[in-house]
Amino acid sequence: MYCLKGKSAIQLNINDEIHDVVIRPSDVLLHTLREQLGLTGAKPGCENGDCGACTVLVDGWPVKSCLMLTAEAIGKKIMTVEGLKSAPIQRAFIEKFAFQCGYCTSGFLMVCHALAAIHQNPPDAVIDEWLQSNICRCTSYEEIGTAIRAVLSGEM
Amino acid sequence: MIPFDFEYYRPDTIQEAVDTFRQLDLEGKSPVYYGGGTELISMARVGSRSFGSVVDIKNIPECRILGFDRDVLQLGSALTLSDITESDLFPLLTKTAGRIADHTMQCKITFGGNLASTIIYRETALPLLLTDARLTVAGENVLADTEISQVFRDRLTLQKGSFLVKASIGRRFLSAPYFHAKKTKNEKIDYPLLTAAGVKTDGTIRAAFSGLASYPFRDSNVETLLNDSNLDFSQRADKIVQALSGIILNDSYGSAEYRKFVLKNTVVNILETMKDQGPCTA
Repeated sequence: MYCLKGKSAIQLNINDEIHDVVIRPSDVLLHTLREQLGLTGAKPGCENGDCGACTVLVDGWPVKSCLMLTAEAIGKKIMTVEGLKSAPIQRAFIEKFAFQCGYCTSGFLMVCHALAAIHQNPPDAVIDEWLQSNICRCTSYEEIGTAIRAVLSGEM
Repeated sequence: MIPFDFEYYRPDTIQEAVDTFRQLDLEGKSPVYYGGGTELISMARVGSRSFGSVVDIKNIPECRILGFDRDVLQLGSALTLSDITESDLFPLLTKTAGRIADHTMQCKITFGGNLASTIIYRETALPLLLTDARLTVAGENVLADTEISQVFRDRLTLQKGSFLVKASIGRRFLSAPYFHAKKTKNEKIDYPLLTAAGVKTDGTIRAAFSGLASYPFRDSNVETLLNDSNLDFSQRADKIVQALSGIILNDSYGSAEYRKFVLKNTVVNILETMKDQGPCTA
């Protein structure tokens, strides 16, 4: 049985690199990424699981890092927006003008990247369902939809 | 940030989980079982829930089971809602789980966590109530397999130190004609003003509701009215609204009168949808 009591040193696999961090069992992944590792791509927004700005991938699936204990991430493969490294969805966001202020962008990128990896040819209903997990206050939804469809169609 | 400290335990077996919980309780560390953790983290963050230790059950193989044992579908309590929707082995549960929170949250919320939620909706209970599911509960030296009605009365009622391991559903229900509708106040992703689920089995419609009252429920009087062929659909809906009027919520999501209006239309929709559906072929 694994257990964690008090402040402890652990290892996390983030963007295919092993990182040593010191955490409390009550720390959430969002703050560990930002404050211990300087990976500030995951944004604090509502911190209540509503906005999606903090979305990262856990073993390939999108998860809101504000609602995940860092301790739960031990043994998992975490990917943040810093790990995308010129993925097709990033080029699509630029070419299709899929952001304005950019605060929500990293969360949307992670959801779109996971969708393209998991569903090769999803129907519109599935695309809409996945994108509804994130909020863009600048309302770039149309352009974000265009960007993910460009990736899924092989245009990017 | 969660404003208090706690200890984190991740047992590998059912027995280890039960023993750990008991020991932590004896030590006064106010343990809680932990699945997806979305509700516990969000409540802890705002100070409406506190605990001294969490026992994470996601590493217990029996809590991750997903598949058939002969003619019974087994669903582990630590499966995420997206595990269930992606596998699509139980279409009514797929529909129900797919309308809880948003897709990304469905990748974290667990099946057992939704059933055990303190939030009143617990929508995954509806398909289980409709299909006479059996729940396996682990407790002090016991692994008990019971009818859902014995441990889910408005909410999951487990003894201290017990936790839900899995749910079992007979294969014959999985292909039965079904109905699912979730009505929200405004946005698609929201708590339900009313979620209605139904299945038709042996020529009879069963129905269960969430959001209408302060707990999810299946009611035999409602089902008698639903299947009363002496009444037309509108009359049946009127009588069901009348029968339930004493428990219908009246809150900021919707007035009782509005909920009655939505309920009546939803009941008629259930009847219209299922009128031509044959009995479940067992």
